[in-house]
Amino acid sequence: MRVAGRGAAARHLLDRGFQALALLVLCLALAALAVLLFDVWTDGAPRLSLDFLTSYPSRRPEDAGIWHALTGSVSVILLTALLAVPIGVAAAIYLEEYGGRSLAARVVEINIANLAAVPSIIYGLLGLGLFVRALQMGRSVLAGASTLALLVLPVIILATREALRAVPPSIREGSYALGATKWQTVWYQVLPMAMPGILTGTILALSRAIGETAPLITIGALTFVAFAPDGIWSPFTVLPIQIFNWVSRPQPAFQVNAAAAIVVLLVLLLAMNAAAIWLRDRYQKRLS
Amino acid sequence: MRRFEPIIERALLACALLSIGTTAGIIVVLAVETVAFLREVSAVEFLFGTEWTPLFATPRFGVLPLVAGTVLVSLIALIVALPTGLLSAIYLSEYADARVRRVVKPVLEILAGVPTVVYGYFALLFVTPLLQRVVPGLAGFNALGPGIVMGIMILPLVSSLSEDAMQAVPRGLREGSYALGATRMQTSVRVVVPAAFSGITAACILAASRAVGETMIVAIAAGQQPRLTWNPLVPIETMTAYIVQVSLGDTPQGTLEYRTIFAVGMLLFVGTFLLNLASAWLRARFREEYT
Repeated sequence: MRVAGRGAAARHLLDRGFQALALLVLCLALAALAVLLFDVWTDGAPRLSLDFLTSYPSRRPEDAGIWHALTGSVSVILLTALLAVPIGVAAAIYLEEYGGRSLAARVVEINIANLAAVPSIIYGLLGLGLFVRALQMGRSVLAGASTLALLVLPVIILATREALRAVPPSIREGSYALGATKWQTVWYQVLPMAMPGILTGTILALSRAIGETAPLITIGALTFVAFAPDGIWSPFTVLPIQIFNWVSRPQPAFQVNAAAAIVVLLVLLLAMNAAAIWLRDRYQKRLS
Repeated sequence: MRRFEPIIERALLACALLSIGTTAGIIVVLAVETVAFLREVSAVEFLFGTEWTPLFATPRFGVLPLVAGTVLVSLIALIVALPTGLLSAIYLSEYADARVRRVVKPVLEILAGVPTVVYGYFALLFVTPLLQRVVPGLAGFNALGPGIVMGIMILPLVSSLSEDAMQAVPRGLREGSYALGATRMQTSVRVVVPAAFSGITAACILAASRAVGETMIVAIAAGQQPRLTWNPLVPIETMTAYIVQVSLGDTPQGTLEYRTIFAVGMLLFVGTFLLNLASAWLRARFREEYT
């Protein structure tokens, strides 16, 4: 009995030690995030000013700004949303409401799960071969947005399917009972109910796209553009590419600019995520 | 109205099939340029050559140095992410109460949402200078700093998917273990983790695939010197970083140099595809075990 007792004490001590170790590791991971944010903030915040936001790039770091990159990012993301959201939602409606267990639906499903795990730079090569070269779009806003649209499509489809699945079947049955067709049911009943969920998923997908760098570099988006884009055929650069460009320069003053641009990018991301969370909360309240 | 129903259904189906078109597009674009590349460079030289100097006067097209660079950085990332991610998952799944979990999980997900170019900045200008104080002979560009930062980036993926797998283990197994007098640690390590093993392995493989395909961290902080080495202290180049390097220059279409990025991209696509496939297979097997 005493031996067993001592064994138990040792085991519980070990258990405590293990718990402490696991907690420590978890805290280290969270600390890494804090250090990263703190490092970027202390490097970049002093450089932030209205001038920095509204100036064009310059050879002298103290005069350089991000207006061209900020407008480039916003134009590319808006066009990406315009291309990807209707197609993604339509595809999700087919898979969730029409496809059922058909072979085509199952193949598409496996394919989408696979596409979501393809490295983003591969989408860049696809964009380069397909949009820039074969379809002759050049290194335009349209080519960039098309590439990013293909990149976020799987994410939008997955999020939309989840939102559609959350709509109770009784809503559909009620609509059919009143004589509505399938499409009328989807358009007038299911979609409006799923809309907040779809919007949340879409915003999260687009917030991923706005931080993407590699695919846009691969399609040949320029690292030095001295103007804001003025149409879908215009050459462009985006915030992450401008950050990459500044980080790669040896002069510390440019690296400070990079940190300041990172702060702007993170604020933009934070705003998009906050919007997504706000929408989700509103939605949850309405359902309960 | 009913006349339009079949048309609408077909339009929706077309949108769904676009995803198949994307996969087909990737394969066709990569294959066309890769075949053109392999007409000028033998597959044996490409796959087994140990020198990668496509921009030199006498170019060599052995891809092994790029593969070695990719594997080296990914291994460092996995050495960082697997133990820490797994321990975090055990803590969140087996020790933490629901309130802690609700706060910590979204914060961990922020780590996964930070743009990779920001991690690149962090690796080059914070982690590497920090490491240089303790690791003698560490170059400004190296595999170690970006590897560690990449590990931090994929940690949330490992922990969140592993935790999902552990949560799917039936309560009865844990209760049986507790009833036999096991502590929480013994239950976690000897019952829950083995029971969730295929799910956890799937998470780790997916993390490896993410590391192999990650681009900006290594493009910024690992250097641009393809070399066949296991030394993490010197500049190297990964497959992804090479594609970025060539894309930054103005490479005319149809040249051999232009085609190299598609050949390297093909290798990258096949590699990550096999990893994703293995991960999906393990996940499906895990789901079968517990439903």
